[in-house]
Amino acid sequence: MRMNLPAFARDPRFSWVGMVLVAVALVALPFVVGGGFGNSWMRVVDSALLYIMLSLGLNIVVGFAGLLDLGYIAFYAVGAYLYALLASPQFGLHLPFWVILPLGAAVAGMFGVILGAPTLRLRGDYLAIVTLGFGEIVRIFLNNLDAPVNVTNGPQGIAQIDPVRIGGAALSKSQQWFGLTVPSVYLYYYLFVVLTLLVIFVTVRLEDSRIGRAWVAIREDEVAAKACGIDTRNIKLLAFAMGASFGGLSGGLFAGFQQFVSPESFSLLESIMVLCMVVLGGMGHIPGVILGGVLLAVLPEVLRSGAGIWQRALFGKILIDPESLRMLLFGLALIAVMLYRPAGLWPEARRRREMAAAGEAPGKRA
Amino acid sequence: MGVLLRAQGVSKSFGGVQALREISLSIDQGEIYGLIGPNGAGKTTFFNALTGLYSCDRGEFEFDGKPLKVRAPHEVARAGIARTFQNIRLFANMTALENVMVGRHLRTRAGVIGAVLRDRATRAEEQAIEVRARELLDYVGIAGRANDLARHLAYGDQRRLEIARALATEPRLLALDEPAAGMNATETASLRDLIEALRRDGITILLIEHDVRLVMGLCDRVAVLDYGEKIAEDVPEKVQKDAKVIEAYLGGSLA
Repeated sequence: MRMNLPAFARDPRFSWVGMVLVAVALVALPFVVGGGFGNSWMRVVDSALLYIMLSLGLNIVVGFAGLLDLGYIAFYAVGAYLYALLASPQFGLHLPFWVILPLGAAVAGMFGVILGAPTLRLRGDYLAIVTLGFGEIVRIFLNNLDAPVNVTNGPQGIAQIDPVRIGGAALSKSQQWFGLTVPSVYLYYYLFVVLTLLVIFVTVRLEDSRIGRAWVAIREDEVAAKACGIDTRNIKLLAFAMGASFGGLSGGLFAGFQQFVSPESFSLLESIMVLCMVVLGGMGHIPGVILGGVLLAVLPEVLRSGAGIWQRALFGKILIDPESLRMLLFGLALIAVMLYRPAGLWPEARRRREMAAAGEAPGKRA
Repeated sequence: MGVLLRAQGVSKSFGGVQALREISLSIDQGEIYGLIGPNGAGKTTFFNALTGLYSCDRGEFEFDGKPLKVRAPHEVARAGIARTFQNIRLFANMTALENVMVGRHLRTRAGVIGAVLRDRATRAEEQAIEVRARELLDYVGIAGRANDLARHLAYGDQRRLEIARALATEPRLLALDEPAAGMNATETASLRDLIEALRRDGITILLIEHDVRLVMGLCDRVAVLDYGEKIAEDVPEKVQKDAKVIEAYLGGSLA
């Protein structure tokens, strides 16, 4: 990852210790959050992890390759519905999650190519409009595919979806570990953390590779990228497919976690929310995007509970309905970030590779 | 020495404007071939047609004895033709080193799986890409700026970086579109040294340039375009004295 780490942080011993600390923190987090604030907050954390996977996927398309996609949530929907159809009473199918999740990622990736192919020549605003339309088409399809043959159950959605099962144990029920009762939301948390780390790993590796450089080259100057011998068509399709497959993966997890999907969950607002996470966090910068995902997933919930408490503390009574106030505050927060941190909360540190910091020809640098 | 590039009756029009009219020319292996002409004569259009950015209405190119049928820009690059741009087109937010590494894309293979698993072959390839990119930066004389963002480089260095990036694609023909534009005399002189070094290393060069002294001093042969037509082609000394060329540059009514 291209981060501006201080010298001691690049010491291998430090990074080893750092990794252990992060691992311990990740393992302990549910007991701190769930134990301290209640399990509803663990649900928020779980959905934040889903959002991180989504924003990392969208970051490939928007942040790396520079292709504005406003219909990204469609791939989330594809993954979620695929899981719902293959593991619910809807068709009487009950495939295990380790079959469905890769399949969902692959099918969503295919949808990414289907979206990408006709839009290859488009850029900026025009691409945004087409992708926005694509997102809506998918949602409307899901909404209406209950007739003549009932596939998606229409606006009612699909219920009673199988929970994720690992080794015969359903994650929807609490488990006993060493005499410790571990609630369902904790179990999903651990699954999501593992997959989020996997997604982060894949994204980091891709960024610093021949493919990642080609993506950024297309973002920076498409004509020059072509002249350098990059087949921009294939590389762009690859960006759409990779981004979409992360969306599909996240969608499958969502379906197993909620055990219910309906078209409502995949509205345009959700696409915009994920885009906000990418842009606010710092487009193209993986740690920034993760931060954006966490903040925007958690902030509305903090405001939901906070808006009532703060009003009582300030005025002694509730003046404005917290539910409507929280979106106002949320909007203000977004505006403030864009005004004061236009490049995002944690933008890409000027890419000084480690070599530069090591002092290679420092005198020549402007 | 054989012919490397042959253009046969290349024509291109935009709406009612005939930008290129039946241009035919041939460039020999190892020569520096100049393409000059007043503004709007069609020099850059010719470049764009050659490198696949435009499709030409009529006519064809033959490269190294084989017809250049492939028309997508990246396929032209694969065939061995690299170019620079009149208005420098670098990947501004990538470092100089990364810019050149992108140029290696064409000659390397690693895909998604290799990138994620980072197996031995991929690591070796990445290593080779970086080594070659550093060599090329050194070759054009900006090795010290490897880790600077392209947009932070001085103008002359940006031109050099663009040449290094083009060289990374291993071209046999390097097409330079006004490389000396906006350079001062010292920078132009060192650019000239660079171009001569390229020729010594076996790269054929097609050069569009306004700096007449540079063209006349450097090129083996020069073609002159005017209103999309080739009006002269010869060694520099003869082209300089050609009546049609003088007329194109100075205007006809003076005579």
